[in-house]
Amino acid sequence: MSAVIIARHARTPAERFKDAAWVAFVALLLGIPMVGLTTVDEGGALTVQTRFGMLAIFVGVSFAGRFIFRWIMDQVRGRRAAKSAVAKADRTPLAIRVIGWAVLGASVALPIMFSENRYVIDTATTVLIYVMLGWGLNVVVGLAGLLDLGYVAFYAVGAYTYALLFSHFGWTFWEALPVAGAMAATFGILLGYPILRLRGDYLAIVTLGFGEIIRVILVNWTELSNGPNGIGSIPRPTLFGLPFERNPAEGTQSFATFFGLDFSGMHRIIFLYYLILVLALLTNVFVSRLRKLPVGRAWEALREDEIACKAMGMNVTNVKLSAFAIGAMLGGFAGVFFAARQGFISPESFTFTESATILAIVVLGGMGSQLGVVLAALVLVLLPELGRNFSEYRMLMFGTAMVLIMVWKPSGLLASREPTIRLNKAAATGGEA
Amino acid sequence: MAYALQQLINGLTLGAVYGLIAIGYTMVYGIIGMINFAHGDIFMVSAFIAVTAFTLLAAFDITSLPLALTAVLITAIFFTSAYGWAVERMAYRPLRGSTRLAPLISAIGMSIFLQNMVQLTQGARVKPIPPVIEGGIELWRTADFTVQVSWTQIMIVLVTVVLMVAFTWLITQTAFGRQQRACEQDSTMTALLGINVDRTISATFMLGAALAAVAGVMVTVYYGVVDFFIGFVAGIKAFTAAVLGGIGSLPGAMLGGLIIGLIEAFWAAYLSPEYKDVATFAILILVLMFRPSGLLGRPEVEKV
Repeated sequence: MSAVIIARHARTPAERFKDAAWVAFVALLLGIPMVGLTTVDEGGALTVQTRFGMLAIFVGVSFAGRFIFRWIMDQVRGRRAAKSAVAKADRTPLAIRVIGWAVLGASVALPIMFSENRYVIDTATTVLIYVMLGWGLNVVVGLAGLLDLGYVAFYAVGAYTYALLFSHFGWTFWEALPVAGAMAATFGILLGYPILRLRGDYLAIVTLGFGEIIRVILVNWTELSNGPNGIGSIPRPTLFGLPFERNPAEGTQSFATFFGLDFSGMHRIIFLYYLILVLALLTNVFVSRLRKLPVGRAWEALREDEIACKAMGMNVTNVKLSAFAIGAMLGGFAGVFFAARQGFISPESFTFTESATILAIVVLGGMGSQLGVVLAALVLVLLPELGRNFSEYRMLMFGTAMVLIMVWKPSGLLASREPTIRLNKAAATGGEA
Repeated sequence: MAYALQQLINGLTLGAVYGLIAIGYTMVYGIIGMINFAHGDIFMVSAFIAVTAFTLLAAFDITSLPLALTAVLITAIFFTSAYGWAVERMAYRPLRGSTRLAPLISAIGMSIFLQNMVQLTQGARVKPIPPVIEGGIELWRTADFTVQVSWTQIMIVLVTVVLMVAFTWLITQTAFGRQQRACEQDSTMTALLGINVDRTISATFMLGAALAAVAGVMVTVYYGVVDFFIGFVAGIKAFTAAVLGGIGSLPGAMLGGLIIGLIEAFWAAYLSPEYKDVATFAILILVLMFRPSGLLGRPEVEKV
């Protein structure tokens, strides 16, 4: 409340100075035990080390950062106030569609532009995995409004289904893909059923619990999952039976020999990239179509008001379960791809941080917005990637980005809470929820 | 029998610590209706502050135990409250009145931030400190097992009881407690009555952090090791305790903490230590399925 009142008048330099000094003081308080002092292990016993230089830098940076930030904010506010009479440049659906096609074109062209740069394509593949996971979770969180913090469980189920089907029965990627999807969907229903009555934060915590239970079971049930050591040498997917290997097995042709190309390790990387691109696009088409079906409209209605849905005679149980099952299935598909791409999976890939990342992508993107998921996945994967040189700061930057983007745009980068279909434009009053 | 008694003692100690953390969750949930995901990490920060403080005291040759403990407790409470305040101010206050999900995401972000900040500034390795309080009482000696209560355990339970009494007094008898409960019921109306809601919420976060700080010091003394990851699991368990007791209810949080501590101790002792975290989650899920308002909570009535 107070923030709003202060923001009404432009600040004098003295006020800004006072504000920044206060921030610096808080930074000093917070910094003393964490930055200023640290304990180091010296010959078995801890000793305290002081880092007052670093503390001074930390406080100084906080002061300067706050001072400059406030100054810029005031400038921006002043300009925005001057402009407020001018109509706001709304992002029309058309603009979003144009951006969408542009992003699609760029992602198709990417391997052609960087056909020799393995790092770029690998990173892009990672982004696309998150995009696909984000689109899958978007069904549960963005459309049906069910907060799921254990989505990684379904991702793990998909990955482990493929890994186990291969190691026990020798199934290939394409054979395992639908089975793993079905398996994940079954898990979605099994896990979704008991918690249908819960809503909001309770649901979040329980799904988080489920995610952790699955991970703990994977770690401890060594006969099934090989425990923390994970499952290795999972085969890569093939292109209609053409493997991407230098020396394919007897009687089969590799991709390179079939097309008469020189063997190159990049073929496989690019193939994997296009594969996840196709999978992600299929997901997108699937979800966009579902949104227009009765079930999709039911999800959106459920998100807005569960009681009203019940009063209208909707079977809330089935609607919720279908959202859980479809979200889980898409997560399972992504898991199969993940297992095939890595060639090795272990419970360590399926921690809570992963769930939080996927949820963050959905929420930061703007719940329910398909393009927003892409933008958020780009930001959240690339931002830590940019800081790769200081890799220990990656997760720190990730956490900071989550807080900052949320504070800056609480409804996400591209907010879309509008119903996908309206019966009648004129009847639609109060579109703002 | 003797073995079971020992587990009872261990479980009570553990439960007291969970209860202290759970109060932070329950109060914050009561007043702004959000899960303070970073609360477990606030607890972790306090454990690190305690390690630094103990080491500093040892370096200055302060060996008087009561003096050292008091000093460490005060230091940890002071700095941890500052962290609680800062987290609320930076990550939650700007989001007040926005969607329900937004503060949850920024809370998760804050939790990741705190964990990694501590890992960076204090190191990723486990920090051991020499035992602070040694010895204990032998309660019962049988042929093959001796039941022991260590002084540390007695101290943890005593401090928890004292804090609970003080805290109940604070919430039920003082002006601040009234304001706090008023904000829980209806923050708009409370603001109309001239109470600074923002300040009350900040104070609630600081109080929760202070209790977490005490828990952090206790855990440091009890286990003697600290690492940057203890916050996550402890946080989840304390949250389970808060839900089990009925979120929003202070005695409920304590009761829930004790039950979770006991279940964990007995489960680890008699069933399987690997699956003790699964036990906690299973309880959480069962409670929410069959009694979502918890043991001592009021059922949430939804008005249309």
